[in-house]
Amino acid sequence: MATKVHMEALSPTMEEGQVVRWLKQEGDSVSEGDVLAEIETDKATMELVSRGSGVLRKRFLKEGDTAPVGAVIAIVAGPDEDISGLLQEAPDEAEGGAEGAGEQTQESLAQVGSMAAEESPDRRPTPVPPGIDETRAAGGRVERPAAPTEEDGRVKASPLARRLAAEAGLELSSVKGTGPGGRVIRRDIEAALAAAERAPAPEAPKPAAPAYAPPAAVAEVEEVPVSQMRKTIAKRLVTSIGPVPTFYLTIEVDMRRLLEVRERVNARLGERGVKTSINDYIVKAAAEALRRHPEVNASWGESVIRRYGRVHIGVAVAVEDGLITPVVRDADRKGVAQISAEIRELAGRARERKLTPEEYTGATFSVSNLGMYGIDEFTAIINPPEAAILAVGRVEEKVVVEDGEIVVRPRMRVTMSCDHRVIDGATGARFLQTLKDFLEEPMMMLA
Amino acid sequence: MAVMTYREALNQALVEEMERDPDVFLMGEEVGVYNGAYKVSRGLLDRFGDMRVVDTPITELGFAGLGVGAAMVGLRPVIEFMTFNFSLLALDQVVNSAAKLHYMSGGQFKCPIVFRGPTGAALQLAAQHSQALEATYAHFPGLKLVTPATPADAKGLLKAAIRDDDPVVVMEGELLYAIKGEVPEDEDFVIPLGVADVKREGTDVSIITHGKMLHVALQAAAQLEKEGVQAEVLDLRSLRPLDVESIEATIRKTNRAVYLEEGWAYGGIGAQIVSLIQEEFFDYLDAPVLRVTQVDVPMPYNKGLEKMAKPSVDRVVAACNKVLYR
Repeated sequence: MATKVHMEALSPTMEEGQVVRWLKQEGDSVSEGDVLAEIETDKATMELVSRGSGVLRKRFLKEGDTAPVGAVIAIVAGPDEDISGLLQEAPDEAEGGAEGAGEQTQESLAQVGSMAAEESPDRRPTPVPPGIDETRAAGGRVERPAAPTEEDGRVKASPLARRLAAEAGLELSSVKGTGPGGRVIRRDIEAALAAAERAPAPEAPKPAAPAYAPPAAVAEVEEVPVSQMRKTIAKRLVTSIGPVPTFYLTIEVDMRRLLEVRERVNARLGERGVKTSINDYIVKAAAEALRRHPEVNASWGESVIRRYGRVHIGVAVAVEDGLITPVVRDADRKGVAQISAEIRELAGRARERKLTPEEYTGATFSVSNLGMYGIDEFTAIINPPEAAILAVGRVEEKVVVEDGEIVVRPRMRVTMSCDHRVIDGATGARFLQTLKDFLEEPMMMLA
Repeated sequence: MAVMTYREALNQALVEEMERDPDVFLMGEEVGVYNGAYKVSRGLLDRFGDMRVVDTPITELGFAGLGVGAAMVGLRPVIEFMTFNFSLLALDQVVNSAAKLHYMSGGQFKCPIVFRGPTGAALQLAAQHSQALEATYAHFPGLKLVTPATPADAKGLLKAAIRDDDPVVVMEGELLYAIKGEVPEDEDFVIPLGVADVKREGTDVSIITHGKMLHVALQAAAQLEKEGVQAEVLDLRSLRPLDVESIEATIRKTNRAVYLEEGWAYGGIGAQIVSLIQEEFFDYLDAPVLRVTQVDVPMPYNKGLEKMAKPSVDRVVAACNKVLYR
């Protein structure tokens, strides 16, 4: 049975992909699951795997060529199978753009028409409904078969499974349903999450700190209904300043104690290869402050504000030609040494463009630090749907007045950009006050 | 606590409340000289006399109306229907008078009356005398409705019903009168109306039920346990007012439910509960909520057919397995 190889959506926002390298030549035999090619997406270089077995009979793209998601880029078929029909058909489809099967690539000859009798419902190509590919976080390299979908592209799932998947940032269409008619149910979500935990990204070096096992239960999201006043606030502010009405709050922090703590931690853990940075402590302090201010660990949902029960911090990392924000999950429950190791490891792979979509989506708050570039202070742009981002400047020796004395202290300015639909001035200010307390007296994070 | 039958628990509730409050009296067919068709009122005539234990002719509409009038002027009547099948004759007094008086008099009249008796099928009493009429009575705002399934609940709920200032329908079960259980002897033991009771804790599936079907639910849960399934059994006890919080708690816990009732599915209590669950707790459901009810036919007289028509342990187990995707 011949199988068309489609350009798959390998990142949540991918619209087209470029063939970096073919790993199989025409004439090579391939098995289902074999890596056919490396594809560069908008975010990373991902592996494209074969959805069928046989011989790679035809490649439509050369290395360096680009094709839209859904386009047919190769054909896998039996060694002597007649694929002339496909050869005529496929290039048209490649030009036809992204309307094709997307993730549902197991389109067989049957669909071309000549073997219609063999057609079975779950092999029918499923158009990607609008909006779905935007969030197909888990699409890429995972080889899980897609959940059976109805003809309109809707994934059958129990309400509970939908909620759990949304909370875990898991794309339903990537989960195989085991309920009646392929319905995705709770146990399928739990199995997918367990599998994701068991299988960390390949080649990932072991973190220096012991691996953190997040609880099996997924994040609790509390939906706070939006009041009429808040609706009006949201509507008017959006009219004024754009889709995410942002305001900025700046606070200056005395970093003396934190620098001492950092020095002592590094002295004690140095031999284990731990070298914490100031940013690691800021991530930790922000996470602790978020746990105490759930109204900031939230996002705007038009009719509700979603407050997240788990704290996932995105850390902006500069890479060649751009930036990416890998996520430290459950940062409030991790120690600084572990946060440090994770950021180092994620940032390293980010620069190699080896992050998987799961590793750079799902943050509930972000931190961007330009202190190392000597920037005093700046404003960062919110990464929706997060409601805030913290922009961190450099630590600088400054003359300040303390108890009536003129003294020199290491000071740092942080600026939080806030989505005004979710966070009001006083709310953001209270959060920053807590953050300042934690940074100025790190011991308070234990209290 | 003493071990006694459901019948004795009801008797004790009546005795205690009639001793406590001289305005309480019992009226119905055969409640006095004959000591009650099911002997619930045994000894009451001797103890309280014929002013407070009143035998009536076979005139349900008449004595229900007498009761409503007595309640309007300050007494607290307990009206016994020999079975709720016969109460249909009195429905106008229950529905159009008792349930409406407080509302239509602008609060000038209270109607502290209890209508009680057995509901549901016993054995081979045929179609007219085997009906579970909870849904009929649950339909009307202005009526409260409780369905005790154990001796302790029978005592606690009947006492609460007598003390309540609104009309309360207490639906018992002919096959329940002889069951035994521990009953608190405290004279002030009452079970508040509108409080459900988890009769068995479980984590995998919720069997929600009321009245006599509790015992079928518990047997089904025991059978499921042998298969490794921990079923939770929630006994609603009160159908009006309804304990929504307990329903929410069990749905959040197990994410799947089966409603078990003795009556018919069409317009039944289960339909109401399923509607509530999907409206309020949709995001906690991992499977559609199923119902196990009497088959949608008049109850057959034939013994084998009657058995087939009634909800059974096997049907409950099958429904639980279905919502568990097993």
